[in-house]
Amino acid sequence: MNLLVPLKLVPDLVEELTLNEAGTDLDRDALIYKLNEFDDQALEEALVLKETTGATVTAIALDAPEIDQVLFTALAKGADRAVKVTGDFEPGIDNHTAAQVLAGAVRGQQVDLVLCGVQAPDDLDGQLGVLLAGALGWPHVSVVSGIEPDSAAGVVRCHQEYAGGSMALLETELPAVLGVQAARQPPRYAAVSTIRKVMKEKQLEEVAATPGEVVASKLQVRRLFKPESRAHARMLEGDVTRQVEDLVAALNERGVLKVGV
Amino acid sequence: MAGIVVIAEALNGTLNEVSLELLSKGRELATSLGQPLIAVLAGEGLDALAPPLQSADRVVLLDDPALGKFTPDAHEQAIAAVIAPMEPRLVMIGNTTAGMDLAAGLAARLHWPLAAYCTGVRMEASDLIGVAQLYGGKLFAEVELGSQSVIISVIPGSFPAVAPGGTGVIERAAVPAGKSRTRFKELIALEAADVDIKKAQALVSVGRGIGGPENLDIVQDLARAIGAEVAASRPVVDSGWLPKARQVGKSGLTVKPKLYFAVGISGAPEHLQGMKDAEFIVAVNTDAAAPIFEVAHLGIVADALEFVPALTERVRAGA
Repeated sequence: MNLLVPLKLVPDLVEELTLNEAGTDLDRDALIYKLNEFDDQALEEALVLKETTGATVTAIALDAPEIDQVLFTALAKGADRAVKVTGDFEPGIDNHTAAQVLAGAVRGQQVDLVLCGVQAPDDLDGQLGVLLAGALGWPHVSVVSGIEPDSAAGVVRCHQEYAGGSMALLETELPAVLGVQAARQPPRYAAVSTIRKVMKEKQLEEVAATPGEVVASKLQVRRLFKPESRAHARMLEGDVTRQVEDLVAALNERGVLKVGV
Repeated sequence: MAGIVVIAEALNGTLNEVSLELLSKGRELATSLGQPLIAVLAGEGLDALAPPLQSADRVVLLDDPALGKFTPDAHEQAIAAVIAPMEPRLVMIGNTTAGMDLAAGLAARLHWPLAAYCTGVRMEASDLIGVAQLYGGKLFAEVELGSQSVIISVIPGSFPAVAPGGTGVIERAAVPAGKSRTRFKELIALEAADVDIKKAQALVSVGRGIGGPENLDIVQDLARAIGAEVAASRPVVDSGWLPKARQVGKSGLTVKPKLYFAVGISGAPEHLQGMKDAEFIVAVNTDAAAPIFEVAHLGIVADALEFVPALTERVRAGA
């Protein structure tokens, strides 16, 4: 069973997001990137499946600044292979384009199951996993957990989670693409020393993007803007003691809390 | 290129409220374009589910045993076959679990563009403009949707719901005999829990901002002190710190308590969807720009590990 996990860097949402001069995109030079947290969940689930079933795990990513670090980290965590797809990719490449580039790379690999993060904070034109499945003509299921491949039967079973906490057990023929909501355990960490060791001992495999007809997303972003706070919270100022007093007073006033009454 | 199509959703025999929300916005757009509004519903035994959708001019039912349970493969095949020849100007789909699969899946099958996570859509002269929520709700994108057929997925709660019913024509469309590569096996209900957070008057809800499970104590102490139940955001549940029955948000429960105390929750759109209608929302977070402060009534920028114990102590001390 060969598992493939596409990894993508996304803007770190804890940081301030500033816009470019035209206001149509982020100021990408000023951004701090991190691995998409759902991709990290997908990688963790793949690594657990490697441990429990002997599957092979390949991490794959489109070339981007700092992507080598992401791929070496995946190797340090236990991935068997790390593949960098090289080509001239624009920063903030849309998912339609990324899906087609990845599909080209997937066709050159032996892949049974692709585990993608279910979503990313910047997928304006749709989730990568579903678009990748579309480009490959493979079936897909989004918002999944509890992945159980059955290579003898040529299927994978997984839970698709719905609002309200219920879920369906679905069975999908392989090859397939799943959008992972959560791994069965929190993503592991790789020690910096382990990553350094891996960087010395292992190499990233590079494959060039196959030129082909790219159906871009066709969406034109006119502008990005911060939400106008319709009713921003009243912020309680001062030190913690002051904030606590003001909060207690406010809650008492509303009759939500009865403190000292 | 004509018509506004709403893909309605009825996963377990009940119509999802978002379907009626899409119909209200769909009607507005259809009227301004002078084009028909068409609802499409896929499933099995749909007779009772069609009438609430009749505010649309046409209700097209894909009623077939093969569509009785949701699988992306079968539903996409059937819906694509019926909407492709319509060449609609716009297709609207709720951004639910099924909607995530359908919207991007149909976009890939039909080669129609998709704008995901929309909270708005409007006509400007003859241009169709979408507004999509990005970057965890920190930014919105105003997107030109073009003049070809286009799909948008819409975050539930973005539009008011239309009153169910109307005089639209109900039609049954043929379901093409296709082979689904994905099969439904069983529905697994939420595990019975010791608590029903939907019934709680007050919730202290914890996010990953508290750092780790070792800090849950301080949240549980506060909950006990103010007579609240403990709830959680998705990452906390995914990490196994608290059970799924306590999860608030899109893939968890929707709650409307009198008091919702968000501790270390940044306020991702998926979380806000499950709690924004709480009567009174207090949020504690270290990030002053966290989206949770957009929906909270009272905001406190502080380290939860310092603030929460101080509040608990103050509550216990009384006057």
